[in-house]
Amino acid sequence: MLDLTSVSKTFFAGTVNERRALTDVSLSLAPAEFTTVIGSNGAGKSTLLNLVAGALLPDSGTIGIDGADVTRLPDHRRAAYIGRVFQDPMAGTATTMTIEENLSIALARGRGRGLRMGVTRAKRAFFEAELASLELGLERRLKTVVGLLSGGQRQALSLLMATFSEPKILLLDEHTAALDPSRAELVTRLTSEAVERHHLTTLMVTHNMDQALRLGTRLIMMHEGRIVVDVAGEQKQRATVADLLGAFEKVKGAGFDDRTLLQ
Amino acid sequence: MIGAVELGLIYAVMALGVYLTFRILDFPDLTVDGSFTTGGATAAILIVGGVNPVLATAAGGAAGLVAGTITGLLHTKGGINPLLAGILTQVGLYSINLRIMDGANVPLLRYDTLLTPLRDNDLLGTAASIGIFAALVLAIKVVMDWFLNTDLGLAVQATGDNQGMIRSFGVSTHATKILGLALSNGLVALCGALIAQYQGFADISMGIGLIIAGLASVILGQALIPPRIVVIATFAVILGSILYRVAIQIALQVGLDPNDMKLVSAVLVVLALVLPKWSVLRRVPSIRSIRRSAAVEPTAGDR
Repeated sequence: MLDLTSVSKTFFAGTVNERRALTDVSLSLAPAEFTTVIGSNGAGKSTLLNLVAGALLPDSGTIGIDGADVTRLPDHRRAAYIGRVFQDPMAGTATTMTIEENLSIALARGRGRGLRMGVTRAKRAFFEAELASLELGLERRLKTVVGLLSGGQRQALSLLMATFSEPKILLLDEHTAALDPSRAELVTRLTSEAVERHHLTTLMVTHNMDQALRLGTRLIMMHEGRIVVDVAGEQKQRATVADLLGAFEKVKGAGFDDRTLLQ
Repeated sequence: MIGAVELGLIYAVMALGVYLTFRILDFPDLTVDGSFTTGGATAAILIVGGVNPVLATAAGGAAGLVAGTITGLLHTKGGINPLLAGILTQVGLYSINLRIMDGANVPLLRYDTLLTPLRDNDLLGTAASIGIFAALVLAIKVVMDWFLNTDLGLAVQATGDNQGMIRSFGVSTHATKILGLALSNGLVALCGALIAQYQGFADISMGIGLIIAGLASVILGQALIPPRIVVIATFAVILGSILYRVAIQIALQVGLDPNDMKLVSAVLVVLALVLPKWSVLRRVPSIRSIRRSAAVEPTAGDR
């Protein structure tokens, strides 16, 4: 469903600040595969997500979605295939607009927008049913301005907006990191429900190893712009946080050894 | 005073255009000063040339669409800061307006205009003319309300609210900004065409400082009626435009020099922007709403 082939990205190339964010990364996700991505700061997780979303364009390599080459498509043209939830609960919604207006915008994902009414009675009934599935009581607040919602409510709404039009790919960028533990738990539960219900091919970046292990069917660990661990299926189900830390230490140690050898 | 209400209603067309850029798109568009004159000049020269006044007025509005599109292209494709993009178009239009009129002004007094029937029947300055102008403005308001609630209109609204969000749902913010700027300046130029016919001439300086009048109308109206939804916000803008013209009229009647009016307008807008930031006044709810509606700093992070 998603195919990255030898993708590299360097920031500030040719300056003293040059930083290789991704080096020759290849990754292929099968339909309905739910992959979690972990790694330390600067490992290239966000760059990976931004390249898939089209917010950044790669220096080399290709990106394909469902067989179509999207490597050079700008983000808004790729949006037909990609639903996205950001870390910042403010980022995924229009705060001065109402819940039903936000949902209407999301429902029209990737389609031409013309002069039909944005919110219709039929859509409203659909929105009520979808919001009810969040169990936050938002189905009774369709005309509430999104700016009045709490961070958790807003992130739950963002998740619904990203998933209910059934995009081919769902990108989650540490989308529970800015929430308090109980709200993070709620959004995590809603995430697995939505992914399961719509059979979404998902790429989720997280800092939380426990979450990365609990959610999804596959796990990759990134370090210095490369994928260094890639486990799936049975192996992933059995993995523990200690295993991941061990693997991480090994990768880091290897890098260190290489450097000491070179001296 | 009836004259002031009349003027307020006609200028409300311009204020609705300013509302579209300043509040909906969050884009401080200074094209207005130029495109208003462009609308007046285009309509005037066509009327003098014997064109039907309805067509001439429509052509004036169309000229504004083009002006707004140019500002939009400068900003989106050219990557120019919103304020500068507007100023560049405005300055360029000054020369173009002189070319359109082939001089600094075009008198219309001896020609048939849209307002000739009203003028000939002595209806200007009466309840009848106010009714006609009010119907015209309300018709434009209703169309604008409808547009902003369509799929496309919601995308334009979201562009002014959260660009990253609306792009992530497949909308080109370049397209929505250009569209919003074109429609806004179309309304402004349409207003210019009407004003030229109302005052009986088009003049190169008719648009100077107009953006302040537009802003004052938007801020004044929204201070009185806190806008929750578009339908109410557009109504507040029209009311603001009328109140602004009435306030100017009162200032003139108490003996202020007409030449000082631009300064008075500028000071009014400054007060409306600054007062709500003073902590003593921040607790007054209606003033808080002015502050929200007066946040005109251009947004960063434009792609």
